[in-house]
Amino acid sequence: MQPTDIEDPNFFHQVVDCQWACPAHTNVPEYIRLISQGKYAEAYMENRQSNVFPGILGRTCDRPCEPACRRGRVDGTPVAICRLKRVAADLAGDVTEMLPKSPAQKNGKRVVCIGAGPASLTVANDLLPLGYDVTIYEASRAGGGLMRTNIPAFRLPEEVLDKEVNAIVNMGATVHYSTPVMSLDVLRQANFDAIFIGSGAPRGKDLELEGRTAGTANIHIGIDWLHSVAFGHTEEIGKRVLVIGVGNTAMDCCRTARRLGGKDVKVVARRPKKYFKASPWELDDAEEEEIEILTNHAPTEFVIEQGRLVGMRFDLLEWNEGATKSNVIDSVLIPCDDVILAIGQENAFDWIERDLGLEFTADNMPIVDGKTMQTTLSGVFMGGDAPWGPKNIIWAVAHGHEAAISIDNYCSGKLVTERPADGQNLISQKMGISEWSYHNDYNPSPRQQMNHVELTKRFQELALEVELGYSAEQTAVEVLRCLNCDVQPIFKASSCIECDACIDVCPVQCLTITSGEGTLDDLRSRLSAPSTKPDEPVYISPLLPQTGRVMVQDENICVHCGLCAERCPTAAWDMERFVLQLSYAGAATMKGGQ
Amino acid sequence: MPSIRKPIIPLAPLPRNDLGLTIRAYEGSMSTLCAGCGHDSITAAIVRAFYELSLPPERIAKLSGIGCSSKTPTYFVSGAHGFNSVHGRMPPIVTGANAANRSSIYIGISGDGDSLSIGAGHFVHAIRRNLNMVYLIENNGVYGLTKGQFSATADIGSASKKGKANETPPIDPVSLALSLGASFVARSFSGDKAQLVPILKAAVEHKGFSMIDVISPCVQFNNHPGSTKSYHYVREHELREIEQEYLPPSIEITANMSVDDLVKVRMHDGSVLAFRSLPNGYDPRDREAAISYVAAARKANEIPTGILYIDEDAADLHDLAGTTETPLVDLEFDQLCPGSAELIRFQEAFR
Repeated sequence: MQPTDIEDPNFFHQVVDCQWACPAHTNVPEYIRLISQGKYAEAYMENRQSNVFPGILGRTCDRPCEPACRRGRVDGTPVAICRLKRVAADLAGDVTEMLPKSPAQKNGKRVVCIGAGPASLTVANDLLPLGYDVTIYEASRAGGGLMRTNIPAFRLPEEVLDKEVNAIVNMGATVHYSTPVMSLDVLRQANFDAIFIGSGAPRGKDLELEGRTAGTANIHIGIDWLHSVAFGHTEEIGKRVLVIGVGNTAMDCCRTARRLGGKDVKVVARRPKKYFKASPWELDDAEEEEIEILTNHAPTEFVIEQGRLVGMRFDLLEWNEGATKSNVIDSVLIPCDDVILAIGQENAFDWIERDLGLEFTADNMPIVDGKTMQTTLSGVFMGGDAPWGPKNIIWAVAHGHEAAISIDNYCSGKLVTERPADGQNLISQKMGISEWSYHNDYNPSPRQQMNHVELTKRFQELALEVELGYSAEQTAVEVLRCLNCDVQPIFKASSCIECDACIDVCPVQCLTITSGEGTLDDLRSRLSAPSTKPDEPVYISPLLPQTGRVMVQDENICVHCGLCAERCPTAAWDMERFVLQLSYAGAATMKGGQ
Repeated sequence: MPSIRKPIIPLAPLPRNDLGLTIRAYEGSMSTLCAGCGHDSITAAIVRAFYELSLPPERIAKLSGIGCSSKTPTYFVSGAHGFNSVHGRMPPIVTGANAANRSSIYIGISGDGDSLSIGAGHFVHAIRRNLNMVYLIENNGVYGLTKGQFSATADIGSASKKGKANETPPIDPVSLALSLGASFVARSFSGDKAQLVPILKAAVEHKGFSMIDVISPCVQFNNHPGSTKSYHYVREHELREIEQEYLPPSIEITANMSVDDLVKVRMHDGSVLAFRSLPNGYDPRDREAAISYVAAARKANEIPTGILYIDEDAADLHDLAGTTETPLVDLEFDQLCPGSAELIRFQEAFR
């Protein structure tokens, strides 16, 4: 077996499961430690560096980090990473002085962004400090994109949104609100050096069934309806509401309907619950607000009486195992006053002329390079929901960072494919004998539960935030649940005397000294604790000096407690903090730090 | 001393032995020995062997004298009985405890100083009586607790940490035990659990005195070039010609397991000790052969390891004394102490 190449930043990066899973690669363990030290502003800035909108994401992120979290493998529930992000944002105080600033001396390059959503704002955030002149066109009368129009204020308070959007706009972006771009061709004639399209997936899917036209006054497209509520155009809805669809938009629609007068709100799904697209916690929140969720109902007809919608007819389905085939077993009528359709979103590019050289696929989706974000039209880049349909905010941010690198390359005459490499830094955490600069003991506490505003109060005020955030006590416990996956046991084979001290003291038996012969599968079969996750890496040392065997660490089960390093007589093991030096526009490795 | 106790991580359900206990039930306190001490590896081997044998913790008695080695019992089986005695006086305490309660499992942990200097007299008599116990010597050739003086097992020519070579001939616990007629003599190395764990299991099941000399490097004072008890030296000079496998009673010996040169020793509880690989013509039941083998290896600067000698038929302390099968602690008072009239009658027999 070849020893593991730990010079490659990807090796330790993949061990930090949360950071690896985060599209923007937020350094989660570091910001959690900063919170535990009471350094909220620093924790906020650590977040902002990679995910740009900590306050917003601390409430609304889809949290790809949490299912990946090592703690989930240990006791079944991940660290409340997202909740802690909100703690950092809520307690950060005034961070104005720490925010990046646009230099007085500009570089003379002009970039235009279409849409003021998270992708465009990230591009602006990355390019403004480099001296770019950034112009943004936004169709609505305020910035934020879907963060403003589709996420209800009871989940994301307006002031949190404004603060983080303004932090970027105030860096010096020129924003034209209420100015939809009607033609890419016309915009190109304005001679910008680069164009970024972050226009989202703004068109909600419709459901063409019998009665659709006749009932149109009471049939709403989910995202349009939420948009209308967000800007105060819609203030009420009928008492009996059906929401069709089970994604997160459906959850926002049903909960908003409860606040606008809906008493009997039902969410209706075609498929069984385990196939729902909504995040589990959003489903829980909806159910807590007395919203009934009906499964196995396929809509067949809007029922109209005397020119008015009075209900919807559904086929009741029976699914096979795996929910690939269904039989209709009954037909049911559910009476209602209003229907909200939340069955998906589509992209809309009627403003992009098809003869400019920006190519589309057969399904009418633009062709965009997944790494550089460049379209087939030189100098035109795209990101967020626009190129590949609805994802979530954190993906839009990740796209924005990549697009900014491309735009910077493009404007400096470099190839967009010349991506700066990520770097790494490894810093020993040893403070003394058996003393570490991180909390290395395992804390057995369960995940802290979020406190919510009482149910009765919630429906009185539309914008009242439901989640109260963690208390100081909850925060103090939750931060200690983090296993500090970025603090890596690093092994120096040449110092090892094979005394077995590390192997004997390891609480999870993740260490093995064995022959380095044979394949990786052979080696895995010889580990002290059975290897259960073959996709998680093992760390294999060079040959040990005394017996020529190898030291193997099974990363899957290591809890980074540091006992191996404490019991090592020769300091062959050390606990070192891995810092991923992510590349951003303008510098090969702007990020670093101690 | 580690900063934290070894935490219980609910990662995956740990396997359980026949008593329903996990291996964690056989652990003790965190070790306060130096990091990298061979004794800690021996502790881990004991934990593993006792767990795999499903020994009930409350039936185990762990005893020791004084020295680094004698701290070891604290670090395994918290639920066992323990006695940390005076320097070198562990064997008499075991003798007394065993006389009173023959049903317990006795393990005495000693060191080269505790057994072969101050406690040598007690050690040899415990062998002579064939006391039913596991007697484990954590042998590092040095007085670690008093900062590195040579002990009675330091080889001639072995250098101290400051470079001075030892000139006094050593006592070899294996040769000593063999010459005194010990019924179970083994040697192993703390850095080789694959060998030490089966030896420990056989030692527990052996009825009589099981002496295991475990070379256990002192990382602090005797792990330097020039030492003959360092990790490096032992690995270079270890002679692993004797390999044994401990087969618990539940495992049936099948035909395909018997190869021609396999020597099988049936132990008193029905388990079998199978010797797989032996030097040519070696029989671990032949004491004279063992003595000459050990002597020849010694001359060649080799350290033979494995179970070097075993006699399952030797009478132990209770056989020799003709005591009752029932442990004395379980006898009713009037049986244990039949009264003055019976004492007088007994004394009359000597007139």
